[in-house]
Amino acid sequence: MVSTVPPFERFYDSYKGEVLAFLRGRAGRDRADDLFQETFLRALRAYGRLEHGDHLRAWVLTIAANACVDAARRERPTAELNVDPGREDERPALEELAPLTDDLPPKERAAVVLRYGYDLDYDMIGAALGSNEQAARQAASAGVRRLRKEKGER
Amino acid sequence: MTPTPTAPVPTVLDERFRAAAAASGELDVAYDVLGDTPVGPLLVGVSERGLCRVGFDPEPEAELEVLARQFGARVLRAPAALDRVRRELDEYFAGRRHAFDLELDLRATPEFHRLVLGELSRVEYGHTTTYGALAAQVGSPRAARAVGTVMNRNPLPIVLPCHRVVGANGSLTGYGGGLDRKEWLLRLEGALL
Repeated sequence: MVSTVPPFERFYDSYKGEVLAFLRGRAGRDRADDLFQETFLRALRAYGRLEHGDHLRAWVLTIAANACVDAARRERPTAELNVDPGREDERPALEELAPLTDDLPPKERAAVVLRYGYDLDYDMIGAALGSNEQAARQAASAGVRRLRKEKGER
Repeated sequence: MTPTPTAPVPTVLDERFRAAAAASGELDVAYDVLGDTPVGPLLVGVSERGLCRVGFDPEPEAELEVLARQFGARVLRAPAALDRVRRELDEYFAGRRHAFDLELDLRATPEFHRLVLGELSRVEYGHTTTYGALAAQVGSPRAARAVGTVMNRNPLPIVLPCHRVVGANGSLTGYGGGLDRKEWLLRLEGALL
């Protein structure tokens, strides 16, 4: 059974502390303040379109990670971008990874996106999915196996 | 489950987000709890259309669920959006305001209720009417009891003045927020001595 979408106030109250800690870890204390507001405004914009209240933690951490990537892009001069496309925070953002993972079961999809899209460690992904490190590792590798298989079949 | 790190969110950061959310136009309902009015804490909520909730004895948890069901899930405490409502209520409680000048959002209220509340809104400050008289005004003279139910479920007490409706014999009868509050409001308005 899927859960209903809680009032935004409850969602915000539940995850604001984790989001801030995550942003400070990723972007540093100074930039985390701006990214905090950016993250929850983005979440608010999309919130009305949510169809259920499952995996909200993974969802908001994905938005936070995305906001970090976008901020890093904005801050880096274009020339440098072209010279060095393989840098850590130039990993594919959700919008690039999403179409590939569309057909995966939700948990596997979230695990794959958070692991390979945002380089979160399995500990964080497990917490985001409301399970644990071990389960997150299994979900991500199951997702990757499924993607390989699907790709092979096409 | 592994605990994730969390950081206490500084008040400044929290307030800044809430103000930005209020200004974004993306909220279904912005609400606040006015902590110290003469009739106790009041939960007030506005949608983009106008005032949509005034609640006594706010239990935010339950209230928020109801607001989310009625107006949409984007319900957030955002005091900046309530400035005008707060000011008008302050003036009313200080005896300086006799009529509210606020847009109202009654879209979650059934039609018969809206009809009765519309009549109610014409009962002036300091005056009272009866359940039977209101029923007659909406064309159902025998529906005094139904009018009582409408008063009891009034989503905007004080602003839509259900405290001005009394029994045929002049007794206060009942009030969704409790008879003490009804009595206090009528005394404020000079309708009770």
